[in-house]
Amino acid sequence: MKRYVIIGNGVAAAGCIEGIRSTDRDGEITVISAEKHEVYCRPLISYYLEGKTDLTRMNYRAEDFYSKNAVRVIYGESATAIDPDNSTVTVSDGSVLPYDAVCVAAGSSPFVPPMEGLDTVEKKYSFLTLDDALALEQAITPESRVLIVGAGLIGLKCAEGIQERVASITVCDLANRVLSSILDDECAALMQKKLEEHGIQFLLGDSVAKFEPDGSGSYVAHMKSGADAPFDVLVLAVGVRANTGLVKAIGGNVNRGIVVDNRLATSIPGIYAAGDCAEGYDVTIGANRVLAIFPNAYMQGHAAGVNMAGGDELFDCGMPMNSIGFFGLHAMTAGAYEGECYEETTPESIKRLYVKDDLLKGFLLIGCHERAGIYTSLIRNRTPLSEIDFELMKQGATTAAFSSENRRKKFGGVV
Amino acid sequence: MKRVYVNEQWCLGCHLCEYNCAFANSGKKDMVSALAGKPIYPRVHVEGHDNISYAVSCRHCKDPLCVKSCIAGALYRGEDGVIRIHRERCVSCYTCVLVCPYGALLPGEDGAMQKCELCLSNSSGEPACVKGCPNRAIVYEERGDSL
Repeated sequence: MKRYVIIGNGVAAAGCIEGIRSTDRDGEITVISAEKHEVYCRPLISYYLEGKTDLTRMNYRAEDFYSKNAVRVIYGESATAIDPDNSTVTVSDGSVLPYDAVCVAAGSSPFVPPMEGLDTVEKKYSFLTLDDALALEQAITPESRVLIVGAGLIGLKCAEGIQERVASITVCDLANRVLSSILDDECAALMQKKLEEHGIQFLLGDSVAKFEPDGSGSYVAHMKSGADAPFDVLVLAVGVRANTGLVKAIGGNVNRGIVVDNRLATSIPGIYAAGDCAEGYDVTIGANRVLAIFPNAYMQGHAAGVNMAGGDELFDCGMPMNSIGFFGLHAMTAGAYEGECYEETTPESIKRLYVKDDLLKGFLLIGCHERAGIYTSLIRNRTPLSEIDFELMKQGATTAAFSSENRRKKFGGVV
Repeated sequence: MKRVYVNEQWCLGCHLCEYNCAFANSGKKDMVSALAGKPIYPRVHVEGHDNISYAVSCRHCKDPLCVKSCIAGALYRGEDGVIRIHRERCVSCYTCVLVCPYGALLPGEDGAMQKCELCLSNSSGEPACVKGCPNRAIVYEERGDSL
């Protein structure tokens, strides 16, 4: 009987469990879960604070998920080392787990740059885990003035989540626009306007020079620009770093993430990696990179699990993609923004499609996301645009732009 | 498993499937009180261009990207192969819209996503779009796969 060890208990781990069990019903699976929670929907922590879900509904799988899949979970401990020569994982409680295959699904950790006076701030939180969200919930009151450092996906979702529960929110970022990793200037401006309409204030192109207690239990962030931002509660959402240490320590190939091939194998035999800690192939740039998004985590985990169990599943169509909305305004982005840009804008919406070498390479859609998955499929499948009615497709994503033969396969066959 | 298939050469573009779908999923006993004078939120949509039209609903993919991508764990594939949604778990993030290659998922009246579940658990018992199609442009049948 094969022995599997999964380091981490997020969605990549859940995918890995389901991948293993699709191939091997009998092997022994052990999960090492640093967080003392069953696998939950991590991106839902802001929705929890917003009251759009609750702790029960946030569980990613049914109550009997682990028992049904015969998985042993070690809660509240972490893996401290992998020994590839003896095929064992050492756990922080001192136990040693032998393995035939191990999956590192250790996620990422918040990155906090050194900032003067940060240690004087008592109420400071990251926003990556359920425990972070629960701690933040305890800290905020209707009178709280909240400063969020980082106007990326995590910082802004946090802002939306607590907006009705605090007195004010200020978000600062070194970048001169919001969501700088996925939006261009014009799209970011549209989204920023929406956030500002809901009372969120911004200090962009600016960063904290120094935090200082104000003498009455609150604080002031002195900004590099000279501005002062008074606050009571601080959220640090600057960025994250992949947890690569376990594989790096044993000489595995590591860049920004743990380098994996299309079968999710690392450079060390028997060791796989998946999710936010892994650096897999991005079909839109033709190179490896960390794709720290939920769908990739699940799919990588699943493929890793199948392959660990002796099956064969490729994951070779990863790409950056995000569907993210704030206060009802929705943005969808995917792929790489390179090549010729077709665009269509109205005061409420922006559509940009990027075309290169007869392929759709990426897109940005705000306020016009209907059937966007059809665009995504063009990128994923590398569909030559000369084979479809791209003029029609530009106007709006539709399967009518495919040939009738193609549609016959889609709607007359099993897909 | 049995799935819904369309033949675009037979589709008249009458949109009856959309009304039958909305009615079957309304929980109401008569069509007029269910649908009259309000916007409908069907789970099947007639698409097309020029002289072509056809009904699009969930393909119940063997490898469902929507299920794998759902950040709320709301979409799932049952043991019968049918892709369903726990709507009370949906937070309307639209990730499923971003990944579905067919444009088959749309929000319902309350904002949560909804999709074709083949009418297996509503009053119709089998796909209402198929039952009501006047020209047999939509059929419900087995086309030679396991699941």
